[in-house]
Amino acid sequence: MDIYNFTTLTHNIHTGLAQSFAPWLATTIEWVIVGVAYLLFVALFGLFLVYAERKVCAAFQQRLGPMRVGKWGLLQTIADFIKLLMKELIMPRKADWFLYNLAPFIVIIASFLAIAALPFAPGLQSMDFDIGVFYLTAVSSVGVIGILLAGWSSNNKYSLIGAMRSGAQILSYELSVSLSLLTMVVFAGTMQFSAIVEGQRDAWFIFSGHIPAIIAFVVFLIAGTAETNRGPFDLAEAESELVAGFHTEYSGIKFAMFFLAEYINLFIISAVAATVFLGGWMPLHFGNLESFNHVMDFIPPVIWFFGKVLFVIFVIMWFKWTFPRLRVDQILTLEWKYLLPINLVNILLMALVVLTKFHF
Amino acid sequence: MKSFIEYIVSIFKGVWTLLVGMKVTAKYFFTPWNNVTQQYPENRDTLVMFDRFRGEVIMPHTENNEHLCTGCGICELNCPNGSIEIISKSIITPEGKKKRIIDQHIYHLGMCTLCNLCVKACPTGAIVMGQKFEHAVWDRALLTKVLNQPGSKIAEGVKE
Repeated sequence: MDIYNFTTLTHNIHTGLAQSFAPWLATTIEWVIVGVAYLLFVALFGLFLVYAERKVCAAFQQRLGPMRVGKWGLLQTIADFIKLLMKELIMPRKADWFLYNLAPFIVIIASFLAIAALPFAPGLQSMDFDIGVFYLTAVSSVGVIGILLAGWSSNNKYSLIGAMRSGAQILSYELSVSLSLLTMVVFAGTMQFSAIVEGQRDAWFIFSGHIPAIIAFVVFLIAGTAETNRGPFDLAEAESELVAGFHTEYSGIKFAMFFLAEYINLFIISAVAATVFLGGWMPLHFGNLESFNHVMDFIPPVIWFFGKVLFVIFVIMWFKWTFPRLRVDQILTLEWKYLLPINLVNILLMALVVLTKFHF
Repeated sequence: MKSFIEYIVSIFKGVWTLLVGMKVTAKYFFTPWNNVTQQYPENRDTLVMFDRFRGEVIMPHTENNEHLCTGCGICELNCPNGSIEIISKSIITPEGKKKRIIDQHIYHLGMCTLCNLCVKACPTGAIVMGQKFEHAVWDRALLTKVLNQPGSKIAEGVKE
């Protein structure tokens, strides 16, 4: 459907700006527009995700969740955010001033860098690298540096233990995330996100890639949950053991940045899963059902994309509120003794499937 | 080879147990009408506390203003923190015998821990735990209550 394509819109904006302003000014204005759009999106979606998390968690525990602030508690997260903005910024006296203040920015900048490569809809993508998958895995692991810095510079034993756990965990699970994405790259034959989405026009990769794609999807979900430091892999901030882990000493807006970054990372992992496995913004198509495919085309790609993303987010929240937290040794055992061998076998399987053309 | 098979089996077993757990929470998630949260101030008209809830000690009276309390004072003895005071009085029965009956069963709600010992100890079952729990008052003196109503008397046939 052409009416849902943003390419002409963005192209018109670009040509309009280029005609009215000097080239450097037009580029700067475009940067600002894109930056503000991403900031707004991230802030609003982060607020929504916090609310959704609390509601979903409550429903899993037979509770109602926030109900008082606004209808169904809809304004609860906004109230919480305003409270966080007004809180005093406290810093431990013996903390490393520079690194302590730098750490939240590194974490959130890594998240913003990663979110920039995601295709939201046809034409609605700020950076369409031909090595998009590689770029995304690379920048999303920069965040761990911020977490390690936060733990180190806070000069607090809980922070340091939490940061070290987080480092060990993210470095291990980075392997599984990359390998499961690599499996799909083998299948798709490209690393470009727009091309990966375009390749799923007839069938999403999780259907056309059948067994190896499903295994890769499950592995990606598990490893992605660990990458975002969410439960059951949240031992970096295990409340019962480490107060709050690496962000124990942070307050106010700096804490909010860590908090927001965690939810952006959740969104990124879900969006990558939706894009690589579930077709991104591509509507649900079945081979020969012409009328069905046509009806599906009427739903805008943005809705398809966010529907899939919210589905994956729901599954990850389902993990979090069902499973108990793993120990450190259990986490590393799961990665090195289970996920990694499965992944390596799976990538061979996928190569076989691609070579023998045993896919739909 | 045997250990390899065990390894594969352990993967499937692990996934299976995870799915069982997810099924339980999914059941909770998709049956929101079973939620246990009470929207308290809004639903106070329809709120029903559960049977064994202990809100306060009360003394039930019949419609003839009769209760079961003999004034024996066992509840006072059993109260661990002195929340109950029994004031009894002597009367002359119609047969001309002297008899001690309850004058005032004083109950200090502000001191009561709702431990239920007095209710358990009462030989005639005269006092029970009530369901009311909204006890906030502006004056501490209002928390001292007289459980037997004015003019009430002991019911016929209560064995002393």
